[in-house]
Amino acid sequence: MIALPSLVLLPAAGGLAAWLSDRGPPARHLPWWIAIATILSQTLLLLFVTCTAGWSSGPWLAHFSMPWIPALGIAARMDMDGLSLVLLWLTTILSFPCVILSARDVGERPGLFHLLLLATIAGINGVFLATDLFLFFFFWELMLVPMYVLILQWGHEDRRRAAIKFFLFTQGSGLLMLVAILGLVILHQHATGVVTFDYFALADTPLMPTAAMVLMLGFFIAFAVKLPVVPLHVWLPDTHTQAPTAGSVLLAGILLKTGGYGLIRFVVLQFPDATARFTPVALAMGAAGILYGAWLSLAQDDMKRLIAYSSVSHLGFVLLGVFSGSAMGMRGAVVQMVAHGLSTGALFVIAGSLQDRLHTRDMRRMGGLWQALPHLSSIGLFFAIASLGLPGMGNFVGEFLVLLATWRISPPIAILGAAGLVLSAVYSLTMVGRAFLGSPHAGQDTDQTPPPADFGARQMTVLGLTMALLLVLGTYPQPVLDLSLPATPHAAPEMEAIHP
Amino acid sequence: MNATSPTQALLLATILFTIGMLGVLARRNLLLMLMSIEIMLNAAALAFIAAGARWHAAQGQVMFLMILSLAAAEAAVGLAIILRLHAAGRPTLDADTGNRLKG
Amino acid sequence: MDALLLPLIVACPLLAAGLLFMSAGRMPPLPTCVIGAGSVGLSALMAAMLATGFLRTPPPAGALHATLWSWMQVEGFNTRIAFTLDPLSLVMMLVVTGVGFLIQLYAYGYMHDDPGIARFFGCMTLFVAAMLVLVFSSDLLSLYIGWEGVGICSYLLIGFWHTDTANVAAARKAFIVTRIGDAALLCGLLLLATRAGTLDIPALLHIAATRPADLSAETAAFLLLGGAVAKSAQVPLQTWLPDAMAGPTPVSALIHAATMVTAGVYLIARLHPLFASVPAAMTAVTIIGLVTLLLAAGSALVQTDIKRILAYSTMSQIGYMFLALGAGAWQAAIFHLVTHAFFKALLFMAAGAIILRVHHRQDIYQMGGLARAMPGVFVAFLAGAAALAGLPLLTAGFYSKEMILQGAWHAAPLLWAGALLGAFATAIYIFRCLFIVFFGTRHTEPHGRTGATMAMPLACLAVLALTGGWMEMPDAIAPVHLLSHLLSPLFGAPMPEGPTWLLWAGSLVPLAGVGVAWLLWRPRIQTRAPPEDALARLARAGWDFDTLYDVLIIHPFVTLGRLNQTDICDRLSNATAATARAGGRMLGRMQSGQVRRYAGWIAAGTVVALCLGARP
Repeated sequence: MIALPSLVLLPAAGGLAAWLSDRGPPARHLPWWIAIATILSQTLLLLFVTCTAGWSSGPWLAHFSMPWIPALGIAARMDMDGLSLVLLWLTTILSFPCVILSARDVGERPGLFHLLLLATIAGINGVFLATDLFLFFFFWELMLVPMYVLILQWGHEDRRRAAIKFFLFTQGSGLLMLVAILGLVILHQHATGVVTFDYFALADTPLMPTAAMVLMLGFFIAFAVKLPVVPLHVWLPDTHTQAPTAGSVLLAGILLKTGGYGLIRFVVLQFPDATARFTPVALAMGAAGILYGAWLSLAQDDMKRLIAYSSVSHLGFVLLGVFSGSAMGMRGAVVQMVAHGLSTGALFVIAGSLQDRLHTRDMRRMGGLWQALPHLSSIGLFFAIASLGLPGMGNFVGEFLVLLATWRISPPIAILGAAGLVLSAVYSLTMVGRAFLGSPHAGQDTDQTPPPADFGARQMTVLGLTMALLLVLGTYPQPVLDLSLPATPHAAPEMEAIHP
Repeated sequence: MNATSPTQALLLATILFTIGMLGVLARRNLLLMLMSIEIMLNAAALAFIAAGARWHAAQGQVMFLMILSLAAAEAAVGLAIILRLHAAGRPTLDADTGNRLKG
Repeated sequence: MDALLLPLIVACPLLAAGLLFMSAGRMPPLPTCVIGAGSVGLSALMAAMLATGFLRTPPPAGALHATLWSWMQVEGFNTRIAFTLDPLSLVMMLVVTGVGFLIQLYAYGYMHDDPGIARFFGCMTLFVAAMLVLVFSSDLLSLYIGWEGVGICSYLLIGFWHTDTANVAAARKAFIVTRIGDAALLCGLLLLATRAGTLDIPALLHIAATRPADLSAETAAFLLLGGAVAKSAQVPLQTWLPDAMAGPTPVSALIHAATMVTAGVYLIARLHPLFASVPAAMTAVTIIGLVTLLLAAGSALVQTDIKRILAYSTMSQIGYMFLALGAGAWQAAIFHLVTHAFFKALLFMAAGAIILRVHHRQDIYQMGGLARAMPGVFVAFLAGAAALAGLPLLTAGFYSKEMILQGAWHAAPLLWAGALLGAFATAIYIFRCLFIVFFGTRHTEPHGRTGATMAMPLACLAVLALTGGWMEMPDAIAPVHLLSHLLSPLFGAPMPEGPTWLLWAGSLVPLAGVGVAWLLWRPRIQTRAPPEDALARLARAGWDFDTLYDVLIIHPFVTLGRLNQTDICDRLSNATAATARAGGRMLGRMQSGQVRRYAGWIAAGTVVALCLGARP
């Protein structure tokens, strides 16, 4: 169905429109309004896709295919299953706080800013849909480059270094993935004589164990950098800290999830045997990530860095879940990704708003903000509590299912993961205590500057809805749980369904 | 001279080439460096001639003519640059001061 | 109809909490309180209706069930949000809603001119809702919602006056220490869920009863015990409770005396077949209870802060309950839980009334001679103290403590002796507090009056603290066994009673304690300074567990974290970048701009290439 490529084309077109609108006579916030219209229509489109999806015709819900470079067996092929759908919805939902809260008052060249933002979203949508490895790689790159420019242009004080670090890490790992893709294609050609980049065809390639392991590692490293997995996480704190607020939200909320998505779709499902052999290492890395991220998060003074390291910790659960080798762990990992996207995205919105108001991210210079900013602080408190995994919020469901699935294969790793929950309480409450509670900081010269403005109706509405979503996810996660099991590539959708 | 044994000619070419190369490396005068390059080119041309004679092939002489014209062109361009430098008011022909050129 | 009431009892305070949070402080104090206390009152009313119905016509299987919805349903595991009302949760429900309602009323008098009153009542009602979820849940995972929910409410309320950094730190400490236990509990749940495929409590208990205890059952029991120990402030995770007194006094009364801290007792009682099948865990429960009971009583003897005396006393009394649980006297533990909720809430509220009238001073040595200035509060405090000390016949505490002593006697006479020693210390420390605060010379002039909204709950609880024990009496006094009769379908028949001299010992020892307190702190010879020898200082600091944990765990952890603030992995990657940059700079030196150097590099390169090419 044509709606799938539209999900990619629509944000791209909207971005172009926003960019062009900035060239004419200066209209106040015109690019912003165009961006809002774009994400609104994207929501409608996704709603349409959800409603018209083939719920009865097996795990794959919608398809699109069009020849692109037939000589090399490359097609513009997109397929959507429940996993894609969940993550597409996450993208769509998170683009609202991104655009509404943090992109309105961007300083110079708002048109270009919105173009880059929407192009990133387009790339992400493409990543979640593409089932042709070449197309997947194309979208993978498409989402990185605009993000790089966003950080470079609109970032904070040390943006150049952070942007280059981000680019090097993701690009370098992307290169590994490209090599792995080409290797897989060549091996497939040797085995069958057909050159194709088609996901379903490649998944059936007969592979020697060693070759499978090497190729799997190529994919794994690419996605592990993105997720991120300790010790490949080092780009993340710098990038999150330096990126503009909208960039941080997009990065933490969705971009990292492409790593988890890739691990599920292109590592576990494509190389099941190699994955099974790799599982002990991956589990150890997951547990290390949970503890190491939490431990470092605890030591940070910079609020955004703290949240960034907490992401490392939370996404360690995703790695555990994905490699737990059970459907339960997989579902838990997806719920964890969605919940982490919502809660951490919101936390970055809050950290960004604080930086706009106080011109610092250093928690040593905050403290006692509750008096001046009661709304902002209470919302911050809520999301901090969500991020420490309180039952009743989405994060708990994800963490619990992941730990349960992990316990079946390795109780010690699950115990380490549960210890991470203690640490998550420590750093979340430390952040709350240092920023919002306590006595107002002596250095805040409240006499000279007017008190910073609290959250208004716009922020409260958007973040309030996010809170509601987290609560619903925490108390009634069944719809997401049902959707989140990825469809296997070995049951390729029938061809007549592909050609509309 | 034994037409089938180009050894001596090649030896001469090697000596000439080495002299030219040492000249380029050692001399600082741009004019003398140009001259040394000419020597190297001619050494290469001599090697071609010798090889052409050894295998009775015309390509050797073709290459000689080619190198000849190349050397002429090179000399023309090189001398033009030197003249241009002089016209721009540089008092010296020292090659090692070339890194102080500013566009 | 009754099954419908069950979720309504929870929903009522939950909705009120939502409403109060939404109001964001724009509502005046009175409606705020009406919503807060009213919703809990409504719950209490419904609970009373439900209880009457339950007692008059017991439901078929001895329990009411209400399944709300399926929470998680995945391959190999599913869990529901489901409530059950059986005799145990019935008792807990009445305590939580009843005492909760009285404390909410009292809180209006205590807090009505605080600007954050909406936040306060929001958290308090949310706490009641979470506590009810904990009590009603028939599935361990939904119990865990309540378990963590009460924890977070406790965090929010301890740190209610958040401008003081010390309060915030106390709140954080309370949450983190209990969270350590919660993590252990979660591991226990994971183990049980892996073993049984479900966390439905009846199913788990069925397995525990039918299958012999294996290693996983033993581990699970110990992990669950970890959760209970942290929540109920037992050794070795007890350090958070004294600090938690930083919260407003109604909070201490509701959360840190009557309800939340007894959740650990409830959990063990709820899962008693599982624990009973693991003798090692039962021994551990007993020892933890006894040690806590004695250590905390020792600390309470030398405290100077009135709320800290009560906090240590709470720890000590919960130690009694653990002792009873470990001895298998389940009914005694629950009975003491109920009476303790009455008299400890009463003591806290009376203390709060005093604190409010002596300019927020909490040091007992700065009070003194208050009996004449506030006779009502004195009578209430006296009732509470008598019940806590377990003065014979008249007070609720006597009967419940007596039942525990009997249970301990049956388990091991040594336990009985320890518990009796604790009872002696209890009578001493609480009457020491009473004599110093209410008798002697006056050091602070009290002001104002205790308002009606505060006095009324005090009166109600004072009556309950005295009469609440009459529902269960030893045969030697009167054969009344209402509570153990109610609970016997769950716990089986209560233990037979021991010899009558036990009863005499249990009656005389508290009286002796009061006598000792009178001898030491009677108005005439009262010393107006706390003891200062090393042992007293150690006991006052809670036996220095805090310092121990600081030195052993917290300090190394935080210091190492600080050292690694810039992330050693990041340093490595930066080092790679620096190496590349240095290499580039070195190669860049070849580009000197000198023609002859270039010619030289070309020549050298050619020579190298020729040499390499010449080699076969």
